[in-house]
Amino acid sequence: MTGSPCCFYRPDGSSCVLCVLRQPMKKIEHLEMKGISKSFHGVVANDRIDLEVRSGEILGLLGENGAGKTTLMNILYGLYQPDAGEIRINGNRIRITSPAASIQNGIGMVHQHFMLIQNHTVVENIALGYKEAPFFFPHKKITESVIRFSKKFNLEIDPQKPVWRLSAGEQQRIEIIKALFNGADLLILDEPTSVLTPQEISDLFGILKKMKAEGHLIILISHKLDEIMGLCDRVTVLSKGRVVGNADTGDVDKRILARMMIGREVIFNIVREELPTNKEVLVVENLLVLGDKGRVRVDHVSFNIYQNEIFGIAGVSGNGQRELVEAITGLRKIVSGKIRIHGNDITNESPRKIYNSGVSHVPEERIKFGIAPGLFVFENAILKQHHLKKYSHKAFLAYGTIKQHTRDLVESYQVHTPSINVKTGDLSGGNIQKLILGREISQTPPLLVAAHPTYGLDVGAAEYLRRQLLKRRREGGAVLLVSEDLEEIFELCDRIAVMFEGAFMGILAAGDPKLKDIGLLMAGSLRLRSTVVVGERPTRHHGNTKEG
Amino acid sequence: MIRIHVTERIQVTGKTSFGVLLGSLAAGLLTISFIFILSGVNPLYAIFKIFTGSFGSWYGIKETITKAIPLILIGSGLTVAFRAKFWNIGAESQLLMGAIFGTWVGLNWGPHLPAPVIVPVMFIAGFIGGGMWAVIPAVLKTRFSINEVISTLMMNYICAEFMTFLIVGPWKGKTKFGFPYTDDLPASAILSILPGSRIHWMTLILAVICTLLLGVVIYRTRFGYEVRVIGENPNAAKYAGIDFFKTTLAVMVISGGLAGIAGIGEVAGIHHHLSYPDAISSGYGYTAIIVAWLAKLNPYYVFVSSLFFAGIMVGGDAIQISLRLPAATVDVFNGTLLMFLIMGEFFLKHRIRLQRRHPKV
Amino acid sequence: MEDIVISVAQRTLVAGTPLLLGTIGEVICERSGILNLGVEGMMAIGAVTAFIVTFVSGNPWLGLLAAILAGMLISLAHAVASITLQANQVVSGLALTMLGLGISGLLGKPYIGRPLTVKFESAAIPVLSDIPFVGPIFFTQSPFFYMAILLALSAWFILKYTRVGIKIRSTGESPHATEAQGVNVSAIRYWCVIVGGGFAGMAGANLSISYSKSWIEGMTAGRGWIVIALTIFALWNPSRAVIGAFLFGGIFVLQYLLQPLGISPNLLAALPYAATLVVLLMIGLGDSRKLNAPAMLAEPYKRGER
Repeated sequence: MTGSPCCFYRPDGSSCVLCVLRQPMKKIEHLEMKGISKSFHGVVANDRIDLEVRSGEILGLLGENGAGKTTLMNILYGLYQPDAGEIRINGNRIRITSPAASIQNGIGMVHQHFMLIQNHTVVENIALGYKEAPFFFPHKKITESVIRFSKKFNLEIDPQKPVWRLSAGEQQRIEIIKALFNGADLLILDEPTSVLTPQEISDLFGILKKMKAEGHLIILISHKLDEIMGLCDRVTVLSKGRVVGNADTGDVDKRILARMMIGREVIFNIVREELPTNKEVLVVENLLVLGDKGRVRVDHVSFNIYQNEIFGIAGVSGNGQRELVEAITGLRKIVSGKIRIHGNDITNESPRKIYNSGVSHVPEERIKFGIAPGLFVFENAILKQHHLKKYSHKAFLAYGTIKQHTRDLVESYQVHTPSINVKTGDLSGGNIQKLILGREISQTPPLLVAAHPTYGLDVGAAEYLRRQLLKRRREGGAVLLVSEDLEEIFELCDRIAVMFEGAFMGILAAGDPKLKDIGLLMAGSLRLRSTVVVGERPTRHHGNTKEG
Repeated sequence: MIRIHVTERIQVTGKTSFGVLLGSLAAGLLTISFIFILSGVNPLYAIFKIFTGSFGSWYGIKETITKAIPLILIGSGLTVAFRAKFWNIGAESQLLMGAIFGTWVGLNWGPHLPAPVIVPVMFIAGFIGGGMWAVIPAVLKTRFSINEVISTLMMNYICAEFMTFLIVGPWKGKTKFGFPYTDDLPASAILSILPGSRIHWMTLILAVICTLLLGVVIYRTRFGYEVRVIGENPNAAKYAGIDFFKTTLAVMVISGGLAGIAGIGEVAGIHHHLSYPDAISSGYGYTAIIVAWLAKLNPYYVFVSSLFFAGIMVGGDAIQISLRLPAATVDVFNGTLLMFLIMGEFFLKHRIRLQRRHPKV
Repeated sequence: MEDIVISVAQRTLVAGTPLLLGTIGEVICERSGILNLGVEGMMAIGAVTAFIVTFVSGNPWLGLLAAILAGMLISLAHAVASITLQANQVVSGLALTMLGLGISGLLGKPYIGRPLTVKFESAAIPVLSDIPFVGPIFFTQSPFFYMAILLALSAWFILKYTRVGIKIRSTGESPHATEAQGVNVSAIRYWCVIVGGGFAGMAGANLSISYSKSWIEGMTAGRGWIVIALTIFALWNPSRAVIGAFLFGGIFVLQYLLQPLGISPNLLAALPYAATLVVLLMIGLGDSRKLNAPAMLAEPYKRGER
């Protein structure tokens, strides 16, 4: 079987054992999706979408969050069934009723949230779907092949290692290897770069280009214009569930694409004015926090945040940001170190005490932590505030006040909901996020901890949220912003810390020329010694760091 | 070819709710009939007998109300527990513990105190007994992550053995000719009943009051709100600053305490002494689970739901005698109906349509 | 003295066998992510089916087969409710326990007081049973014992070292990841639940046509619940279940040993249940359980939903 996925890595062009074993399968030359429509709960996610991709081509699927890209690809991968439309491979109509059918047709997908069994080893994960794996001792038998494969991807891993021990970048490569083992001709990647360092991103693109050269078809889902322009041959732009344009990337530029994506000229300018900062709000001293499996996740971190300031923590997810936020908001035990709000020690206090001390929290996983999905909108609007006197006098809830508050929130934060009496879980992700943000900000907390607040929101909502954060800053609040979106970090933050493996690689002020190396900081290749002395005011434009 | 099209419902109307309920009960009765046929019983006759036995005569109605009293108490307590997703299967032993505590109080203090004093004291003792027994699994869950289904069940078995030990051993009645009962409670400790029935009306009033109170608690108080959040999403509850430990303990004190009060009702109102566990509580703790479920965990509906299942119990007794069926028959009823009730919930969330398969799709 | 030890050891293994059978089934079921709290009812149905079929046909093997089928049939109801209809798994299991106990009481009533003329007797394995001390204990047992040991080891091997074992375990850890690999999560779960039911039926048969000769209502006496606790104790590992099951078998036997000491038989009867709590407490303190439970146990799964 020539030109099959794994053989192109053999320098002498011979077929490897895998290919000899495998049944010959229809190779995809041309894949089409025609007239695909899909609705959920009465909301249209895909509206008569046409898409096509050919062998040896990388197609970009561009659109903002909520445009319907992931839904469309999930249909292609068999996780959803379309309400209307058809899929054709090489001109023949095929029905994909499940991922098994999709795999059989030569389609593989690397999801945004990895589909790996964290507790299992690498080989167990691959053996799960690999049809040629033997019945007895499957993981042992394919270990050799896995090692060989991963060497080609410059990945030296121990196949017997459990997946949770691998970094995000390594896990992603396992996902790609998995797809190729299953015989994928067409590879779909859903927002693959959100968890990678800049170096890993360029490695990934190198791999994809190699695959393209061997005749694979690749669909890259992204909302990042740079990636689309840099990697893809063609691009299909989705907006609000419809195809608004197709183009060869050679014929367009970022502005044109952006306009297609959003339907209007996007002006990326938010004004962040100079503000005096003198009062300290948050002091974190030498914090040590452990993760779920007992490993050190926050490694003796110290920093302060002042009034009128947005302090950003940049870095790839999984380097301790989540644990740091949980420690500050009382959801995780602090092993050693101290945290103070306005001088009050809140180390290891209960979440409620910390809230009462003035810390609000917009959680990273909104549905998991931020709302009770089965309760009504007005019931969730006071989730963290229900104990306050204004919402519950004596033991009873003041429904009148609560409902009015909810109506105000819904209006000011533009939460699209049929009424305040619907189940909160039925709202879209973006609207839930707006509700949570509104809920937390409206109490004008001295410190607002926002973890990935605009993740998954469409551009309009993201912009609105960012303005709200700046407004909070202007009003005298302090904001701790954790984000993977570097554009957002640069736009909003007064000072930026880069977190890698539980430690701050450096704390830089906005505008510091050393920020051009932020990629190196994120990857842990560079460390700037920061001299943050408790009580000392940071000065603008001259970073408070010394070269390390 | 017919294709089954399953879509999610956006909103559930009261009409749909009711329709699904009727459908579930109908399907349940159908299955029960089938099981009856398998055991050689005429299902139509059996079901007819059950319903006339419980609602077809004054005697039946009075008996049904009598049996509904503990169900109302335990059932409403369970709505609170289940809303917090605390699967309290131990109401049976919480009832018995209440009965044990109350018997002790009644036998030891009863002779020295007048009725208006001893009766409330007994009820309080029952509440304490049941509540304390229920708090143990609550602590086991919150502090040691022990699955509450197993722990409450084990408590059932342990309590039953303990109670049997008491009545054949240290508490064996001196006036009972060697029968495994305790002595009778003194007259002041016996609850008065409506003449011509076995309805101990004080407990009944208490039960209805509790139901209404719990409705208010769940829907209108901060505590009730916190309970509901814990049940909906324990992560969000933690994030919201809700004290999981304290709230769970409070929930179980309520649930167990109400079961304990039911125990007092049974001992002081009906039997007047303590005897074998099966005699004091004929599965009320388990039946109340279905009572709470049928009431959709809404205390206001528990009253009706209790009457329904009390009717099945009374009717079950009736056919036990006339058709010589074992007591386990009631379990068949309850288990099947509960099964169909929860299966029916699928149809509340989804709409099923049959359509001819379009060649295009 | 030696005779007493041999007798106690023998009876421990006898008492532990139905627990082991039930636990193997529940481990398989829970590994795929479905919590089955109906074991008690399924054991009861297995017991009554085995009894009636053996009684009527005179062939205990037929009774055993019927019990397995009956367990599988009733667990099918749990599978439909939990997997296809995504009902609350806790309540579904409880309902089936009630139903199972009820049906077993209903069907068994006519047979009370009419003992079996034929049942499973101990079968001595030639040669091995002649080994002093060890022989009478391990190799002169009811066929259920040998089957249980074999099945436990097979289950352990299959779960750990075969492809279907990986599929089952992955389904319990993350049905989404498993489905994305082309594995039919529903099918795997259906099979695991049904197999679990079969084991429960077998355990029930052990009680009614091997343990005893007569039918009594309430024969299972809460063993189904102990099985569920044992599943946790075994850390979802069938080979560890062997130890747990026979440990509890020993506790059942202990009741009778302590009786002559004058302790109330009722309090002794509470021993196995109290021991269950103690065992769970120790595990809870040790926190090792958290690292081993199938991550998505008892969570309903719908294809495509995030």
